[in-house]
Amino acid sequence: MKNIQADAVQTALNTFKGQQIYVHFELTNGAYAAYRHGKFQASGGFVRNARVNVLHGKISGDDPFRVGLKTEDGWIFAEGLTAFEEKANESLYLYGLDEQGKLSVALQLSTVPFEEGVDTT
Amino acid sequence: MNQERHILLLFPHPDDETFSAAGTVMMHKKKHGTKVTVASLTLGEMGRNWGNPPVANRETLPLVRREEMANASEVMGVDEIRHLGYRDKTLEFEELDTVAAHLKEVIMDVNPSLVITFYPGLSIHPDHDATGAAVVEAMKRIPENERPKLHTKAIDARSVEEIGEPDIEYDIGDWMDRKLEAIAAHESQMQEVTAITKQKLAEGDEDTEAWIRYEQFWIYEL
Repeated sequence: MKNIQADAVQTALNTFKGQQIYVHFELTNGAYAAYRHGKFQASGGFVRNARVNVLHGKISGDDPFRVGLKTEDGWIFAEGLTAFEEKANESLYLYGLDEQGKLSVALQLSTVPFEEGVDTT
Repeated sequence: MNQERHILLLFPHPDDETFSAAGTVMMHKKKHGTKVTVASLTLGEMGRNWGNPPVANRETLPLVRREEMANASEVMGVDEIRHLGYRDKTLEFEELDTVAAHLKEVIMDVNPSLVITFYPGLSIHPDHDATGAAVVEAMKRIPENERPKLHTKAIDARSVEEIGEPDIEYDIGDWMDRKLEAIAAHESQMQEVTAITKQKLAEGDEDTEAWIRYEQFWIYEL
């Protein structure tokens, strides 16, 4: 995992242009948010293996970054992105990690489906 | 300390077993040669702690945590590890009936004299509460004469107010180093230890190691 380099991310986003891809998207402020901060509630959510047809994608901002994907049926947007990982011509993982290294946002794009679980045998 | 033939720890995420009962199982083992099985319902796939700097990403986290649980289990002298194949954060949305039937099978198969899990409704995290509720339901389905004892861990700040003082408290002082070693084996989750310690300090708790040193359980009457 590396700090986001906008050029590298933009190049990876371009490879999804015109393709159907799988998306894992999540936001979280931690399951213990209410416990740790009184009334402030745990908020978050995830979507795993949503399929979208990408028209184009762009990265914007300057650490933290924003990414927007225009899709055939709508939009995907994420902000607060700081780190990334990529597998050439297959996947791009974008994450927002806070000062303690805790995840707050994840946007993973892939041409192949994400695993539902792992083999536990 | 009662003599136990076999303890089964039933927890939702790798590391719950270590934080909750590492000292308890090591003490039972040393004193009575108790057999210990650890069963984890999920692999903590959705954890937001990945280590700092990160040692995992969203896709590799379950594999990393399975390995960490194996390492922690080795420190604790656990005899058998089982992974039950559910997904993190989804337990409360599974059919209770299905999970309870599955857990009943696991309990009957392991055949422990004592089961340890979370106290349903007083364990803060939805997966913790859902696990406790499913274990309670599974235990109710086991005929009384074959049923193991059930000890539960409550972690909500309201616990004592709601259900009274814990029935059991082990001071695991002599085993602190080993427990800390087992906790450290959950390398990707160490930020959580720092966060809890900070929280204890913020709550005015001067003994920041007390939550690790005193393992408390409530006997659950079915």
